[in-house]
Amino acid sequence: MDLLLNAVVLGVLLGCFYAAVSLGLSVSFGLLDVPHVAHPAFLILASYGVFFLNDSYDIDPLLGGLLITPLLFLLGLAAYRLYYETFEKRGSDAGVRGIAFLFGIAFIIEVLIILQFGVDQRSVSASYIGKAWRIGEMRIPVRLLVAFAVASALTILLALYLSRTFMGRAIRAVAQDQEALRLMGANPVRIKQWAFGIATAVLGIAGALLIIVAPVDPTLDRAYIGRTFCVVVMAGLGSMTGTLIAAIILGVAESIVLSTVGASWAPAISFAMLLGVLAIRPQGLLGRRS
Amino acid sequence: MKRRALFGGVVAVAMVGLTSGVVAQQPPIKIGMSMAQTGGLAGGGKASLLGIEIWRDDVNARGGLLGRKVELVVYDDKSSASETPAIYSKLLDVDKVDFLFAPYATVPTAPLMPLVKQRGLLLMGNFSFQVNSKVGHDMWFNNAPWGPADSWASAFLDLGQKAGGKTMALLTADQEFAQNLALTAREVAKKRGISIVFDQAYPPNTVEFSGIIRALKAAKPDIVYVASYPPDSAGILRAVNEIGIGDDVKIFGGGMVGLQFASVMQNMGSLLNGVVNYNTWLPEPSMYYDGTKAFFETYTKRAVEAKVDPLGYYLAPFGYASGQLLEQAVKATGSLDQKAIAKYLHGNEIKTIVGPIAFSADGERKETATLMAQFRGVVDKNVEQFRSQGKQVILFPDQFKSGDLISPYEAAQK
Repeated sequence: MDLLLNAVVLGVLLGCFYAAVSLGLSVSFGLLDVPHVAHPAFLILASYGVFFLNDSYDIDPLLGGLLITPLLFLLGLAAYRLYYETFEKRGSDAGVRGIAFLFGIAFIIEVLIILQFGVDQRSVSASYIGKAWRIGEMRIPVRLLVAFAVASALTILLALYLSRTFMGRAIRAVAQDQEALRLMGANPVRIKQWAFGIATAVLGIAGALLIIVAPVDPTLDRAYIGRTFCVVVMAGLGSMTGTLIAAIILGVAESIVLSTVGASWAPAISFAMLLGVLAIRPQGLLGRRS
Repeated sequence: MKRRALFGGVVAVAMVGLTSGVVAQQPPIKIGMSMAQTGGLAGGGKASLLGIEIWRDDVNARGGLLGRKVELVVYDDKSSASETPAIYSKLLDVDKVDFLFAPYATVPTAPLMPLVKQRGLLLMGNFSFQVNSKVGHDMWFNNAPWGPADSWASAFLDLGQKAGGKTMALLTADQEFAQNLALTAREVAKKRGISIVFDQAYPPNTVEFSGIIRALKAAKPDIVYVASYPPDSAGILRAVNEIGIGDDVKIFGGGMVGLQFASVMQNMGSLLNGVVNYNTWLPEPSMYYDGTKAFFETYTKRAVEAKVDPLGYYLAPFGYASGQLLEQAVKATGSLDQKAIAKYLHGNEIKTIVGPIAFSADGERKETATLMAQFRGVVDKNVEQFRSQGKQVILFPDQFKSGDLISPYEAAQK
């Protein structure tokens, strides 16, 4: 029983972390329909940025994540412009070729990281890494608590941005009906580019959390493609709170399976749950029926 | 062989014709190999190659083998088993090398075994684990100190039992090498009456080990045997340090891959304290033989230029030893005949910079010289500390022993 409670608590924390690394994809794939398989590669790139700042200038990883956020925003703008000019603009069958293009981007990022930092895994140091918080018999790693707090804050901020600000609403509008937006005199491409910038910018903090939670290596992105897409699709495409809920469900399920049935079953759970959700609610947990 | 010698002669004559005035020299003795210089095994492969290159330079400075220079023909196998068969065919049929060294690691080596057995060639193994057990090639010689297959688990469980351990937890990566270790660990445990209270394989890409460690802790084992791979070793140790593993645990570690490499050790720093893990060479006084010190002086200098592991304990001296094995066998037999050399290696103990090496019939060491060592007093972010004695105290085998196990594990973590 104690073990189960432990597993649930840990699962919630882990789930929040999953949410943080999936939020960007929820915007780019969920709202903009870009099959952004390079999303995890951008995430690892951000982690290495945080590592560089921490290693060379002793900057706290979270602060480092904030510092690189504007750079990532610009990178996102550029990446979308490139994707749009080369693929989206040309119409229908661009989807599959777009995936190939984004895979290519992911590999290029991977190789660039290897050239710059080598193949070894890297980690950061901060006062909250390696400590645990005790509640009775339970010990919770502080780095996971940090991930939990920051991920929740990030989700709320992004959800508020999308629902309360003009630009946020515009982004949601472009997701719903691009043509209608165009008829009202707005430029959907610019809005999408902006949204893609936002989606990439949140990776600054997410990348910081990633390297706080565990060491990173250049090929780690491949491990996150499945997980992040699973969270976003299960959430219902484009729903920020859905992303948080789906990620927590996933984290808890994985954690319970891990400590009861056995570790080898944990990854199967993510995808079994995804299939289950899609069978019962094809639009995802909080997705709108289209 | 005759045809090759004839061909060599023709080349030599042609060379004389082309470069008049240069004294005719015998062609070099070529040693061919592939080596992981990119991909997951590159860190180890590069260090291993540097060890072999240092031997080549040394032997050539001594006048070569049988008066001929030694030349290495090396290709990058990209850490992949699918590359090696083609590379070795090329080495044999196009480059016409005189001897073959195996690539670093088990997986790239395994597909070569049928080839060398069919053609009756000598293969000097490079840290493979049990690749010859099913092939049974009598011209295979492994430079690694593994010894008999179960010695790895026996050594670790021995230490655990001596410290009072009666139950064992087994945490392994879901991957071939780790599963092989787990298999022997289960067999040895059964023989010795150690009950297994926790036995789990975790999948690749596991992000967070807190849950697994918590479940392991709940099983209250005395001995924790971990067979993990580099990306996970850090995650496991981190979770263990945060969550704790219980004061029952007498000994922790065993088969954690990665903790032998400088960059990983530097990254993990004080997390390593208390862990008992396998290794092959460590800078303890018992490990120095004729030439060991000189080798590491050269290695340390050249590692900086070559951008490889600055310490190079795990693989590099054994690469050098591979060369020494061949060198002494060629000198003793006075020929390049592979069968004669294989016979010599089977029948004689050979002195190398990693100690005397004697082979059993399967081409592995007669006795294991795999070390079990405990990390002590390690601080964060400092790679130079590992050069000093006492950071990794050797507990096993007895001839290298430099200290006793500190147990329980929690006491040794401090």
